[in-house]
Amino acid sequence: MNALQEEALNTTHQESLPDPLQLAPETNSNNQLNLVRAEKKADLTKTKNPKNFDPAQNPERVKYLQERARSIILPIVAIFILGYLWETYSSQEGVVLPGPIKTFKESWYYIAHPFFDNGSNDKGLGWQLFSSLQRVGLGYGLASIIGILMGIIIGKSSIMFKALDPIFQVLRTIPPLAWLPLSLATFGEANPSAIFVIFITAVWPILINTAVGVMRIPSDYENVAQVYQLRGFRYFFLVLLPAASPYIFTGMRISIGMAWLAIVAAEMLTGGVGIGFFIWDSWNSSRMSDIIVSVIYVGLVGLILDRIVSYTAGFFGSKAET
Amino acid sequence: MYSYTKKTYTLYKEKSITMTVTTAQLEPSSVSNAPIQMEHPEFVNITGLHKVFGTRKGLYYALENIDLKIRKGEFVSLIGHSGCGKSTLLNLVAGLTQPSQGSVLVNNREVTSPGLDRAVVFQSHSLLPWLSVLDNVKVAIDSVYPHKPSKERKEMAMSFVEMVHLGAHALKKPSELSGGMKQRVGIARAFASNPQVLLLDEPFGALDALTRGSMQDELTNIWEKNQKTVMMITHDVDEAIFLSDRIVLMSNGPRAHIAKIVNVPIPRPRTRETLLEAPEYIELRKELLHYLVKTSIH
Repeated sequence: MNALQEEALNTTHQESLPDPLQLAPETNSNNQLNLVRAEKKADLTKTKNPKNFDPAQNPERVKYLQERARSIILPIVAIFILGYLWETYSSQEGVVLPGPIKTFKESWYYIAHPFFDNGSNDKGLGWQLFSSLQRVGLGYGLASIIGILMGIIIGKSSIMFKALDPIFQVLRTIPPLAWLPLSLATFGEANPSAIFVIFITAVWPILINTAVGVMRIPSDYENVAQVYQLRGFRYFFLVLLPAASPYIFTGMRISIGMAWLAIVAAEMLTGGVGIGFFIWDSWNSSRMSDIIVSVIYVGLVGLILDRIVSYTAGFFGSKAET
Repeated sequence: MYSYTKKTYTLYKEKSITMTVTTAQLEPSSVSNAPIQMEHPEFVNITGLHKVFGTRKGLYYALENIDLKIRKGEFVSLIGHSGCGKSTLLNLVAGLTQPSQGSVLVNNREVTSPGLDRAVVFQSHSLLPWLSVLDNVKVAIDSVYPHKPSKERKEMAMSFVEMVHLGAHALKKPSELSGGMKQRVGIARAFASNPQVLLLDEPFGALDALTRGSMQDELTNIWEKNQKTVMMITHDVDEAIFLSDRIVLMSNGPRAHIAKIVNVPIPRPRTRETLLEAPEYIELRKELLHYLVKTSIH
């Protein structure tokens, strides 16, 4: 190969490689933006495996997929093992509790038709849950509004705090069901009494957490508010609410769990349409499988409620980070 | 009073989305070098000030018999050891605490509560973390000009953000900024409320030495354009000499009082080069350091 040929080869080789800087000739910010985009693309958790994915070449990706698979498979395996143990226990002589297979068979109608409506109390589990959720919604909504308002009042005003806090500390330890007789005596009807029980259960965590959040607003922000004359609504929306919102949302998360627990118990005692009453009615009719199905549904709905509140909290909470 | 020139620039650009903001470049009315003595010559008048705190262990006498007069347009630094009550004095002038005895007068009016005429730049920037840079400065503007249209207020806030050279970062949250940048936003906010007195509580204390230097330069530049009355607390002797007209030395607490007030006769405008060559600088520096060493606790 002579020198000319070598030179020719070299020049073509250089030409075939595009100059990366020429592709994006703009400012620094554009380069940075491209870097961020490239990073996002390389994010291990979000991309799908390309067709020529070689496991040996991408050990991190493989490890990540293994972990994901484990989180899905292991709970399923655990459920199956527990189900097997349950079935073994229930197959014994004289055991009233039906095993999973028997439960599924007996309650098939309720599982398959969640929204049937034959009038009065004879409704599908979907309607029963919906009815309970309505009561929780009302009671929890009331508890949120009053809890946040009162929390702000006793957090801000030292006089109100000293006056009311001892009373609150006593009231909040009273179990929700202990309020039921008083509530029934006051309201007469079952429905408002149940809603009141939800309210009185859910209000305390929200109230106390809000009060703590308000009391813990950093004095720096208070000073800023004073110097720059932030008053009334401006203070409320610019300083107080964002600073206290992590605490408020913590209180709301605790409350939704307690409210859901309370409604099932309250409905058992009050009757009507609702999942709690359904469970109690099934017990009275010795329909054990219906009870088991209902209880599982109650647990699942409780989980969903908790997730909704914490997702909402996460959405708003990101603003309050320093 | 203020003249505007409009300037449009891009805040961020991503794919096809471009956000531009048209801001008004604020040019403050030129402050003449003639002494402004129309108002009361002692613009900030502290007389016979005592401050006592009630603690569980009894009474704590923080400040005793403080007498200080600051003229309008003067830049005064407060120097002293930690715990000598400098911040307490600043808070008293700001109105964040009340004196136990004596009075603080600003422009012949007694200070009883915080106000927009006495803007404070805090040691920990105290920016509201859920608001962007622009919104943080806009807080001050909204308080001073609540009746102006929203767009105009936004433009004014933007001009102050630009004054501290943070125009390109106007939409960022404080968590995305460095310490120096956050402090600059604090300064922009303080200037945005157009105060009569500017109070700075160790504004550059939390910054590294390099940033501190550039921040001091920026502060001098901004201040020399509108000559506000400034009271600043600092630990840094060089900073005090560079920035101020007078330096107040405080004794150690408790029962702190003003030990000495020194003049800084170095002519303005000052740069670091001229400062280092000024003969008064060395003398002053020696005097201040000597005092600080003498009063140190060990």
